[in-house]
Amino acid sequence: MNGVHDMGGMDGFGPVVSEQNEPVFHAAWEGRMYALANFVVGSAGFNIDEHRHAIERIPPARYLASSYYERWLAAIETLLVEHGVVTREELLAKQDASIDPALIANAVSTKGPAPVKEKPGAKAPRARYAKGSRVRARNLNPSGHTRLPRYVRGKAGVVARDWGVFVFPDTNAHHAGTKPQHCYSVSFEARELWGKSASRERLYIDLWEDYLEPLASKSKAKASKRKMAGKAGGR
Amino acid sequence: MSGDHNTDDSGPAARVKALEALLTEKGLIDPAAIDAIVDTYETRVGPRNGARVVAKAWTDLTYRKRLLADATSAVAELGFAGPEGGHLVAVENTDRVHNLVVCTLCSCYPWPVLGLPPVWYKSFAYRSRAVSDPRGVLQDFGLELPRDAEVRVWDSSAEIRYLVIPQRPKGTARMSEDELATIVTRDSMVGVAKVEAPRA
Repeated sequence: MNGVHDMGGMDGFGPVVSEQNEPVFHAAWEGRMYALANFVVGSAGFNIDEHRHAIERIPPARYLASSYYERWLAAIETLLVEHGVVTREELLAKQDASIDPALIANAVSTKGPAPVKEKPGAKAPRARYAKGSRVRARNLNPSGHTRLPRYVRGKAGVVARDWGVFVFPDTNAHHAGTKPQHCYSVSFEARELWGKSASRERLYIDLWEDYLEPLASKSKAKASKRKMAGKAGGR
Repeated sequence: MSGDHNTDDSGPAARVKALEALLTEKGLIDPAAIDAIVDTYETRVGPRNGARVVAKAWTDLTYRKRLLADATSAVAELGFAGPEGGHLVAVENTDRVHNLVVCTLCSCYPWPVLGLPPVWYKSFAYRSRAVSDPRGVLQDFGLELPRDAEVRVWDSSAEIRYLVIPQRPKGTARMSEDELATIVTRDSMVGVAKVEAPRA
């Protein structure tokens, strides 16, 4: 989904400020939340992709106004309620009366999709690309979870490495199958991404095969141009 | 980073407390296990682990080669493994290449070697600008790179987690592996700082 979480390349957040002697957790509840989320994602059978997607589904204004562990809290409450592990009423019953009930298990705007059982026996496909393959990140705008950020969509890059086969987050987050496929390190020139003739910068990002389409190699592109020119000349 | 923490006990603290009580009641979590996870990340898993890996890579050439070829198993040799560490990759800084790690979509970070990420790594400022203005972000950390150095930004968008091997500073030739491990900082292993030699 084209959410506010997909913030690579956005402006306006100001300088990066580092905290000296920063504690691991800034309050006891942050540590409890961190541990609880890690535990419950396993014990309740949630997967990491749907956990990430539950964070992405927090409405943009609230996402930006929440701290990191507040976003985790909202996501875990949402998943627990959506999966029927707890009910909103049970959560409310445990709460202090001073808490705004609208916050609880209502932290997410869009409802998650109904779980779909994965078909067993899906085999990992062969790699379509190899180191040096020229590729373009596809211009995909799914309404669900994706790990294809907006800032690389439609951009041309080169496969730097094949990391092997991984579960596909776009389907796995929705319990629509693990769709195992190759995931590649793809490198992009800063100029291709940001349009400026910047100093020497290069971005490496890990992209699943379904996010990519092949680009003709430079020599092939030239050859096909010559062919076209030849055809035109022959008329 | 004011605004990124909420220590007010009437808000998220109360909700987390309620959630923990409810899940405990339902037998879905064990408060002792929660205590153990908190303790692990507060006291045992942190950037000291990564510093040991880097110090060994600086002093043991064959280890360095193994680390660059397969970081997951090279890191496991030192006893470090766990969540967010199943697919580790080490990238090496040189005079000509500077590596910087970010996760623009969330906050993916190599927990077994660096612990949990600091607030700045999770901040919107870092996540947004590290990819489009890496040199500007490095300047926020007081790091100015030569113009002809190549900056490589690694956006951790999948399950690969990156560890930067910073350059060993000059003037440390006599230091032992254990001593070197004490000067390797978290920030240098994310790529926003260089390691400085201790002042004589």
